[in-house]
Amino acid sequence: MERFRMVFSGSGGQGVVTAAIILAEAAVIIENLNAVQSQSYGAAARGGSTRSDVIIADSAIHYPKVIQPNFLVCLTQPAYNAYYPIIRPGGLLLTDQRFVNTEDKVDARQVELPMHSAVMEQIGKPIVFNICMLGVTISLTQVVQPESILKVLEERIPEGFLELNQKALNLGIEMGAAVKI
Amino acid sequence: MAVNKYLRQRFFPHLWCPGCGHGIVLNGMLRAVDKLGMSKNEIVMVSGIGCSARISGYVDFHTLHTIHGRALAFATGVKMSRPELNLVVPMGDGDALAIGGNHFIHAARRNIDITAIVMNNRIYGMTGGQYSPLSGQEVVATTAPFASIDPSFDVVELSKAAGATFIARTTTYHVKQIDDFIKQAILHEGFAVVEILTQCPTHFGRKNKQGSAVDMMKLYRDITTPIGSKAKQENPNLIERGIFVQEEKPEYSREYDKIIERATRG
Amino acid sequence: MEKNVKFVQGNEACVEAALYAGLNFFAGYPITPSSEIAELLSGRLPASGGKFIQMEDEIASMCAIIGASLTGNKVMTATSGPGFSLMQEALGYAVMTEIPCVIVNVMRGGPSTGIPTHGSQGDVNQARWGTHGDHSILALTASNHQDIFEMTVTAFNMAETYRTPVILLFDEIVAHMRERLVIPEFGELPLVERLRTSVSEGIDYHPYLPREDGRLPMSDFGGVHRYNVTGLYHDMWGFPSTEPRVVHELIRHLVDKLENRVNRLAHYKEYFLEDAEYVLVSYGSAARSALHVVKERRLRGERLGLLELQTLWPFPKEVVHEKCAGAKAVIVVELNMGQVLQLVKMAVGDPERIFLANRIDGVFITPIDIMKILRLIQGKGV
Repeated sequence: MERFRMVFSGSGGQGVVTAAIILAEAAVIIENLNAVQSQSYGAAARGGSTRSDVIIADSAIHYPKVIQPNFLVCLTQPAYNAYYPIIRPGGLLLTDQRFVNTEDKVDARQVELPMHSAVMEQIGKPIVFNICMLGVTISLTQVVQPESILKVLEERIPEGFLELNQKALNLGIEMGAAVKI
Repeated sequence: MAVNKYLRQRFFPHLWCPGCGHGIVLNGMLRAVDKLGMSKNEIVMVSGIGCSARISGYVDFHTLHTIHGRALAFATGVKMSRPELNLVVPMGDGDALAIGGNHFIHAARRNIDITAIVMNNRIYGMTGGQYSPLSGQEVVATTAPFASIDPSFDVVELSKAAGATFIARTTTYHVKQIDDFIKQAILHEGFAVVEILTQCPTHFGRKNKQGSAVDMMKLYRDITTPIGSKAKQENPNLIERGIFVQEEKPEYSREYDKIIERATRG
Repeated sequence: MEKNVKFVQGNEACVEAALYAGLNFFAGYPITPSSEIAELLSGRLPASGGKFIQMEDEIASMCAIIGASLTGNKVMTATSGPGFSLMQEALGYAVMTEIPCVIVNVMRGGPSTGIPTHGSQGDVNQARWGTHGDHSILALTASNHQDIFEMTVTAFNMAETYRTPVILLFDEIVAHMRERLVIPEFGELPLVERLRTSVSEGIDYHPYLPREDGRLPMSDFGGVHRYNVTGLYHDMWGFPSTEPRVVHELIRHLVDKLENRVNRLAHYKEYFLEDAEYVLVSYGSAARSALHVVKERRLRGERLGLLELQTLWPFPKEVVHEKCAGAKAVIVVELNMGQVLQLVKMAVGDPERIFLANRIDGVFITPIDIMKILRLIQGKGV
């Protein structure tokens, strides 16, 4: 497989880091791939900007950070402004229409989706916004199977909230599938 | 003498000066242990640094002579891992309440079952007579040639505020109280503080013109009074002796059993 | 899903290993980037028959684990730079009294409060000389989670074998990143249990009288042997002594028990060193970038190799000398101003061949950073 270098960015509390961990864990535990996840830390626990790097590969990963992602998610305007210049030319850049106005000059395929409003309309709980984003991510990249994500969710999420997360994941997968790449 | 069996006699003579009150405290401590009938193997004595701390070397218990001010932290580690052991921690005033002040209040706050004996001679003896947080104002010391301007802690009030559940005070003049209070402190389940005013004729007495060791002990007789005495009402400057606090509260190393229970239940 | 495969942070790998090694007492104080170790152990220890206590500061934490070790426990504390500074006096006490314990320092940028959320390797020399007085010390490090596991278990084994504190010098980058960890089955890694005295009750036990093999059997505090432990120079009974012979023999013993075993204590990994023209010497997280460079350039036929040090103290100078002997140039890759660089220079004995590739700005060193320095050394520009 190709080496996936991914950066997830947004603001603290949006669940970007959690989504990145779930993805990388699914790759390692369920699909027996190699993955490394790291995140940039600041003193602010909520509201500050946040970034998580994930590398997924079938060979050993030594340098753990991502310098040029071939897949980049930006869920806030500041995150977009900070990170769009680092995307690998020809890479894929996912944003949410509600939070980010994109620029034309970016040398990447930009996918703008109304993930937040779809979650609010169809599920009504903003807490699973990140899982919807994760659904879009795996749909666009095919980096891991949806079932693998589900298995990790089953491990991590209390039973009462599992269905909510499954719905959000499926919603994202559908939204991703509708995008023509 | 009955207490000889608790001494490591091959390590005598001790290093205390003639007239030092610490030997009286040691004697009272051993009498207390003797009265309790405890096995020497059940007692762990942990001390820090200073004249007072050398007490641990002379007694035939499990003895841990540690670093300045931290005896209670070491003792906490011992007690937590072996709650059935009796922990006795003799400390000097600087050891307990200057460098060790933080550990003192936190051990009291936890109410961990340790007997803290504050041997208060109001001076740093081993280093040559510098003033301590228990010296108080107008005390002359090698670092206070113009007399100290530092107010002192009141060990009893400090211990109360920090949460100690047994608090007593006496002096080396009142030898019977020493072993009585230490005995009760060891029996008490929780953090117990026994403050003992003990004379340092070499460094405190000489500089502050208090005379010989015997004069200093007589002074303890004259400037102290039982808790709530009539004398205290007439002369508020008298220092009270007695047991100030003795109450039952959950003890820390036993409380930890609850954590174990919660952790292993599920 | 295999049960023993985990996707965890480096700090959690350390926790898993400590429990595997038999840790049953931990005292600590919260500090970034080590706090996850305390958090995890506060749940795991009481569930497995051990005990956890959050102390009032790092000084108290270090003291508490020493006390707990004396009663027969395997003990650990975890901290970062500022807390490690506070622990130094008690660490020296553990050296002097020969009480086994493990201290994790998850390094962050210093000095002072520095840069708590970013990685650094600036405490290498502090681990060696942080406490006062002549002594020797053991310090291990690791670059990935599997090695964190192995080195943590090794630290406990060494602490028990040599009756000494062992420092684990991890760093923020490896401690916080997540990757695969395969937890070995019990029995897969050897575990060293405490050597206790066979002297029975009533017979005079000498706590500081070494056996013929140099080891000192212990007797648990609270057991049948009562003895004295002191940070003063002491004789075989543990009693203070200023006797020149006693003082001399004790300091010799404390230093020699480790320094005479440098090669036995040396853990390291080597990659492509057989024919390497350029040898990178690195450790901890920095070794990941170094290995990335080596593997990438090997694909293009460049003869690069990596010596990854896992034992930092006592410094394995003979190993470094031997592995670097044939190199045109040696490049030390580390996240500080050259702390291991100086040691490598001394070990190789040819300082013109030794170069530093470092970063000290809180940013993790990249393969590109290393390549630029390599190109400069090769006279090829950047």
